[in-house]
Amino acid sequence: MSTWRGLHVKVRTAHGLLTATSRRVTQRHTWMYGHLTLCQSLSTGRPLRDDFFKDLEAQMVAMRKKVSLALPGSNWSPMEINPLLPPERADIVIVGGGVMGWSIAYWLKQKERVRGGVKVVVVEKDSTYSQASTVLSAGGIRQQFSLPENICLSLASAEFMRNINEHLGVLNEDPVDLQFNHSGYLFLASEEVAHIMQENYNTQRSIGAEVCLLSATQLKEKFPWMNTDGVALASYGLENEGWFDPWTLLNAFKRKAISLGAIQCYGEVTDFDYKTMVMTTAEGDDVDLRRIQSVKVQMSNSLEYQPVECAIVVNAAGAFSAKLTEKLGIGFGPKHSIDGVPLPVEPRKRYVYVFNCPDGPGLDTPFLVDYSGVYFRREGLGGNYIVGTSPVEAEEPDTSDLEVDHQFFEDKLWPHLASRVPAFEKLKVTSAWAGFYDYNTFDQNGIIGTHPLINNMYFATGFSGHGLQHSPAVGRSVAELILDGQFMTLNLSRLGFKRILSQEPMLEKNIV
Amino acid sequence: MSAPFVSLRRCCQRSALLNISRRLWSSDSASPPPLHTRVLLYLTQRFYDVEMFLSWTSRLRRKGIQKKNAYYGFTQKYYGTDIAAAYYILSLKGGFRYVGQSEWFSADKRGTFNWGFLDHRETPLEEVNMSYTVINYRGLENLVDQKSLRSLSLRGCPQVDDWFLSRLHLFQDSLQELDISHCPHITIGGLAALSNLRGLRRLDVSSLPGISSPGLVIILLEEMLPQCKITATGYNHNLRQEEGEMKEEHMQAQR
Ligand SMILES: Cc1cc2nc3c(=O)[nH]c(=O)nc-3n(C[C@H](O)[C@H](O)[C@H](O)COP(=O)(O)OP(=O)(O)OC[C@H]3O[C@@H](n4cnc5c(N)ncnc54)[C@H](O)[C@@H]3O)c2cc1C
Repeated sequence: MSTWRGLHVKVRTAHGLLTATSRRVTQRHTWMYGHLTLCQSLSTGRPLRDDFFKDLEAQMVAMRKKVSLALPGSNWSPMEINPLLPPERADIVIVGGGVMGWSIAYWLKQKERVRGGVKVVVVEKDSTYSQASTVLSAGGIRQQFSLPENICLSLASAEFMRNINEHLGVLNEDPVDLQFNHSGYLFLASEEVAHIMQENYNTQRSIGAEVCLLSATQLKEKFPWMNTDGVALASYGLENEGWFDPWTLLNAFKRKAISLGAIQCYGEVTDFDYKTMVMTTAEGDDVDLRRIQSVKVQMSNSLEYQPVECAIVVNAAGAFSAKLTEKLGIGFGPKHSIDGVPLPVEPRKRYVYVFNCPDGPGLDTPFLVDYSGVYFRREGLGGNYIVGTSPVEAEEPDTSDLEVDHQFFEDKLWPHLASRVPAFEKLKVTSAWAGFYDYNTFDQNGIIGTHPLINNMYFATGFSGHGLQHSPAVGRSVAELILDGQFMTLNLSRLGFKRILSQEPMLEKNIV
Repeated sequence: MSAPFVSLRRCCQRSALLNISRRLWSSDSASPPPLHTRVLLYLTQRFYDVEMFLSWTSRLRRKGIQKKNAYYGFTQKYYGTDIAAAYYILSLKGGFRYVGQSEWFSADKRGTFNWGFLDHRETPLEEVNMSYTVINYRGLENLVDQKSLRSLSLRGCPQVDDWFLSRLHLFQDSLQELDISHCPHITIGGLAALSNLRGLRRLDVSSLPGISSPGLVIILLEEMLPQCKITATGYNHNLRQEEGEMKEEHMQAQR
């Protein structure tokens, strides 16, 4: 086979000579072929000839090598090249191939003016996504937030999902089916927090979210399986709320972005090469302004690495995004200086339990969020549900692994579940998993935009439990920031890094 | 004689083929090659264009549907929301009946209709038949103010999907009859949203190809809408049998 290829190459180079006769040659040779094989099977002096041809074969291989090197435009180089390595140069490197990263990649490619106008590389360290929040999330989308920014992000994302095939459909491939389940979120409020719910409701309505308030009696009427003790008010989303399959969304973004020319690469970003400039602030302090020159991508399971020169880096590394900024020296400066403020994002482990209860609520089960903080929703049609909650600050579990604490269900979840839905007295936990929130310790909201001290790094991180649902709209906003220089569709400037430096948290007014 | 020679020969063959194609490209060959080769070559040369063309046509088709479902703001301004809704329905070749009247207004196959509907200003619609039309989520916007809508038929509408169903909560106080049979894009995820339609008395969910286990789904629907009579034909599954299976599953789960 290899000999064949060697000759083939050679003949192609010599092809000018053959042009005139080639057709006839072909015919004759085909004919001869049949004849000669016959000869071969009848012949006897085989071993000797085999030796000879082995020699010849080896020579052919050598010749083939030479010929292929001599060919103009061959990409031969003295060293072996790993085909999985990222390119040496790119315009934009996105660190983190979760739903945020791929959404940003999609929007960048979608917004570029010329085909191939921006070279986008998405670097993901784990091809199995074993720890990525995206695939370990509960997959919910709601409009019931208190910050107008978050409500708008949800509305925009819901609209995106409604028309998902116009955005992410790829010609000649199956349409995207998110398996979206249209069941609203149902928030329950106790007496003390009912006024906050009322306020939030007003904000949501004013922005155009279809939400309704229910009294305890109305609640009981609508959901007879519920015990409404202690509930003063409930708010229920009528539209654009529910849950969907996170994998499908991630893969749809990825498929479309790649079809538009984004480059996917598996490897870990371990370091940056950056330049520092010393600037003086208005107050007379010296600050270090950094500009990233290249990103060091370490290939998985090998010692190989590749620096990728780039103009812009996007930090979409989810729960581990603060590690990246540490590499740039952010957070190590003197206290009360800009350099001394780290990116306030850290992993927080959250458990999700799947349980079965044949007598539980049916098709009309909402995504229920109790004022105790416990949430549950239906999972499929066979009487399965998933449930979870956030622990109190002092009892945050260790984040070195993704082990599930089963006692947590018994102690913290089941009592609340059973008192809210009497049918859940009898249930069976069938499985459980844990995932990391990309938890923003400062105000539990996303951080979108640039860092004042890093000239060319854009953040899209810290979404703390609602990043999945906001990914389509956030991706668009980040792409606008990069390509247009400002927010065009939604003004998210209040979600920038500035609020952290000036210590003005953008807190959600939660009822839990 | 063995391998290398054979391969040499094959190789020559290959180069000959290459030559032929080379000649084709420069289009100076004396004798034209067979038809299928030409077609193939043509396609490889044109493939990207074909792809482009296909994506353009699908985009155009989508645009066309969106245009038909545009918001009738102008009509609304001059004639009110009811007439605008009526006009929208007729332009899509649907039909309707005003509140308190027995006469149906509908468009015929060629899309012509009786302009007499303009005589009934400020009369809301009670029954709307949009069967086999291209109504979609956007077009539904023209009907949002129909607070007396009692019956809506969306039979065989190719553009009606789960998101459309989730928006039907707009008629939650009035809607009693809903026909969504033969809609290709409806799945269980959208049927769950019908829980908002508490007043529903009749629901037709026959022949929905997007539903995987119709037996179970219909039981769940009946459970969710206890006052509603649910029609579900056109499924060749044996409902009884599936029900039995379900019970077994339940029992297993309980054990
Ligand atoms: C239990 C749970 C339930 C949730 N429920 C919901 C919900 O109902 N609704 C909702 O909207 N959100 C929910 N979330 C939150 C949501 O999952 C996250 O906010 C969202 O997935 C964040 O997406 P991401 O792409 O930023 O992060 P990720 O999905 O974590 O992606 C980041 C990726 O970056 C990679 N990476 C990290 N560092 C590097 C590096 N140095 N080099 C290369 N790659 C790197 C990681 O491998 C990872 O794949 C939930 C989260 C959890 C844990």
